[in-house]
Amino acid sequence: MADISSNFLGIKSPNPYWLASAPPTDKKINVLRAFEAGWGGVVWKTLGTQVKNVSSRYSAVDYHGSRVMGFNNIELISDRPLHINLREIREVLKEFPDRAMIVSLMADNSRESWQELIKQVEDTGAHGLELNFGCPHGMTERGMGAAVGQDPEIARMVVEWVMEAATIPVITKLTPNVHSVVPAGKACVEAGTNALSLINTIQSVTGVDLDTLVPNPNVAGKSAFGGYCGPAVKPIALKMLTTIAQNPITRQVPVSGIGGISTWKDAVEFMLLGASNVQVCTAAMKHGFRIIEDLCEGLNNWMDEKGFSTLDDFIGKSVPTLTNWEDLDINYHIVANINQDKCIHCGLCYIACEDTSHQSINLAYGKPYNTYSIKEEECVGCNLCKLVCPVEDCITMVEQRKGPEYLNWKEYQRLGLPLNDH
Amino acid sequence: MPITNNKLTFSEYQENFSDIHPPFETVEGASVEANRCLFCYDAPCMKSCPTSIDVPKFIKQITTDNIKGSAHTIFSANIMGGGCSKVCPVEKLCEGACVYNLLEEKPISIARLQRYSTDQAIEQKWQLFKRKPFTGKKVAVVGAGPAGLSCAHVLSREGVDITVYEKEQKGGGLMTYGIAAYKVTPEFCEEEVDYITSLGGIEILYGRELGKDISLVELQNQYDAVFLAIGVGLTRELGIKGEKLEGVEDAISFIYNLRTNPYNNIQVGDKVVVIGMGMTAIDAATQAKRLGAKEVTLVYRRTQDEMPCTEAELNIAKLDGCKIIWLAAPKKILGKHGKVSGLMCDVMQLGAPDTSGRRSPESTGETFTLEVDMIIKATGQLPFEKLVSYNELQNRNGKITIDENGITNWAKVFAGGDCVNGGKEVVDAVQAGKDAAKGILNLIMKTD
Ligand SMILES: Cc1cc2nc3c(=O)[nH]c(=O)nc-3n(C[C@H](O)[C@H](O)[C@H](O)COP(=O)(O)OP(=O)(O)OC[C@H]3O[C@@H](n4cnc5c(N)ncnc54)[C@H](O)[C@@H]3O)c2cc1C
Ligand SMILES: Cc1cc2nc3c(=O)[nH]c(=O)nc-3n(C[C@H](O)[C@H](O)[C@H](O)COP(=O)(O)O)c2cc1C
Repeated sequence: MADISSNFLGIKSPNPYWLASAPPTDKKINVLRAFEAGWGGVVWKTLGTQVKNVSSRYSAVDYHGSRVMGFNNIELISDRPLHINLREIREVLKEFPDRAMIVSLMADNSRESWQELIKQVEDTGAHGLELNFGCPHGMTERGMGAAVGQDPEIARMVVEWVMEAATIPVITKLTPNVHSVVPAGKACVEAGTNALSLINTIQSVTGVDLDTLVPNPNVAGKSAFGGYCGPAVKPIALKMLTTIAQNPITRQVPVSGIGGISTWKDAVEFMLLGASNVQVCTAAMKHGFRIIEDLCEGLNNWMDEKGFSTLDDFIGKSVPTLTNWEDLDINYHIVANINQDKCIHCGLCYIACEDTSHQSINLAYGKPYNTYSIKEEECVGCNLCKLVCPVEDCITMVEQRKGPEYLNWKEYQRLGLPLNDH
Repeated sequence: MPITNNKLTFSEYQENFSDIHPPFETVEGASVEANRCLFCYDAPCMKSCPTSIDVPKFIKQITTDNIKGSAHTIFSANIMGGGCSKVCPVEKLCEGACVYNLLEEKPISIARLQRYSTDQAIEQKWQLFKRKPFTGKKVAVVGAGPAGLSCAHVLSREGVDITVYEKEQKGGGLMTYGIAAYKVTPEFCEEEVDYITSLGGIEILYGRELGKDISLVELQNQYDAVFLAIGVGLTRELGIKGEKLEGVEDAISFIYNLRTNPYNNIQVGDKVVVIGMGMTAIDAATQAKRLGAKEVTLVYRRTQDEMPCTEAELNIAKLDGCKIIWLAAPKKILGKHGKVSGLMCDVMQLGAPDTSGRRSPESTGETFTLEVDMIIKATGQLPFEKLVSYNELQNRNGKITIDENGITNWAKVFAGGDCVNGGKEVVDAVQAGKDAAKGILNLIMKTD
């Protein structure tokens, strides 16, 4: 059995799964249930000045009959009184000393407010702090949340204030609502943050109700831009994570990966691209805390199969494989192959290729079943047919190199090789 | 043992004749199933539908909450798409071809999904088609069954006025008078006919029989074209002794009575034998059982490998508790006091294949006798040979012959459906009506 225990900045947890700062972590009753279910840690719902929420707070995007492919909210930071939160944090820490307790913070925009809040939170015995520079709605209008994270200089300043006061590890949570997360990430690292976490939610409009014509969530006939998360945002989060894992400055600190993690596979992918641990929100909000069981078991089995005994054996392992386009090998060439024994004649590969790709699939009419085959000389190896094929391993991409040696785009141009082969 | 009616209670009848293929009760049910559809290209299901309904498209439209569009997709290929969703032997058509079968997975419930969309359209009377302006052309259709109605609908959409001559008092043909009661209700059949005619331009004259109330010459003279869609008639005679005894019934009339009278009025024996193994035989047997017959036995001269009904239909009969005797050919019907009392059968064996490729049964010389009080004959329907030959319509054993344009040997007179093919399914008749409409339009809209 692999060891899936995690050590993030010295903060230990029995597994690398923390619940992200959000409703699942906003009070003692939830957090106790989460720990009983087996979660490794929590980032307590963001604390700051007292706020008031509206009713009708969430909306979602469904896809192909599946609910909540993407999730959206217009909630603010914790709307419960600070002293109650602090008391409950203390109580939970006493009951579950082996779990990570991080507290998310978003103070008013002054050194005093941040430092005062930090002092109160540290008094609870919490293991770490997470600075919420990411909330995309409600708080930015008050000069907080994403407004801080979007301006690297403001972010740097706030992190400096925090680091003057903090005696426990500080994680800075980045907003994805920027063209690149690297500038803010760099500023925070330079200002002394001990770690980064990303992503927070992405500004969104999930849809418009076609009867009322009001976007959702509908708050008395009006709506507001919300924050998007859930499975839909995972690819975006992975890309942002990788840029942090690759930058020479930001990669000096550990990263807690967040955004659309629903399964152990998602979690492994985040870790392969540089996350030391992961945080989950939407998946828990959709299914409850019980998902932690498969998150752990799946990870464990995968590690055993791959021969990884600790998380550190594979964290960041895939980062170097994401390179620049111009470094890719142009001599690498693959063509599709259809396994006729597995083919169910649905024609999805054919129509995708014929209408939108390279007309590389041949249709031999049959009633009721057509036969489809690849025109190898036309196939550019784009993968589209394989992606749309509903049968596992029916379409495979077979390597047929154009040349034995590695040849990248720069070399290709230098050698004056022919550009257009179609 | 007398043949009597009223063997069961009202609620027993109700239960026995309730819908055999219940619809989706909820949007979610339909949506889960619709989302399972892979949306195949040049889809095998569509190719296996005689009317070529664009199945992936109408299912996709269910997933996008475009039920009107879904119903339109169905009805534009098959105006009896509602009825077909309840009566089609889908296991050998669309669902039998679904690619999920090749994955050893349950095929998409195409019929149920089709019913989901069409039920709503019919219940809510959605007007999904608009007639083109009147062309000045008039066509007579004989027979308000699936073939006739399908033809009428296509023609009316194109701005042709249609008069339908129907000998019965209701439309729908065998849909109303022949198909098993647990597949479609009389109310549904009536609603379906109303829905089809609500387009306008289709007038059905009930109680008007060709050959009695009106002649083919008259129709030919009064209309720009005529479409004969008269279906086929009663079951062929067995040609054995005792056929006239009381208690020997024709399956078509037995079912006709059942579809037009309250169940407690229908007489049924205690020990019933049904002769044949086609769809009609199965329907007669299962419905006799559901009316309260204690014992129902199907006798068939060949084996299961040669039976004309589908496996799914055979299973309905088996589940209803009907017994089956393979390789048994009726030889003689025995009677007592003018009433049927037994059926003597030859025990058969299979010999060499006949012209249809099926192995012919031959007598072994052995016989056995079943004690019965009712015999239902279901050995294939006979065409209306008298009417056909009286009118000198070219035919093969009473089946009207048509050319590739759907036209008979009479000028301007077309034919299609069971009266041409000898008896297939509703969906084939609907397609025949469409084909005829195309031929008719080519003829009457010719600008020369
Ligand atoms: C017992 C039984 C069960 C069946 N079950 C199924 C099933 O489950 N699924 C399926 O798809 N198919 C089934 N069929 C077959 C199906 O009903 C027929 O293929 C279909 O109805 C044929 O349509 P049609 O329009 O050609 O003929 P019909 O439906 O027979 O319609 C012919 C119409 O013409 C009228 N008519 C006849 N003669 C005249 C005349 N001289 N003047 C005026 N009107 C006339 C008739 O009254 C009738 O209304 C079944 C058939 C039978 C007998
Ligand atoms: C309803 C809701 C409230 C949230 N509140 C906070 C918050 O108070 N502080 C914070 O840092 N992130 C907050 N988040 C963002 C999550 O912590 C997380 O970054 C984001 O949802 C992406 O992860 P996921 O895809 O697993 O949900 C909230 C998310 C949701 C859905």
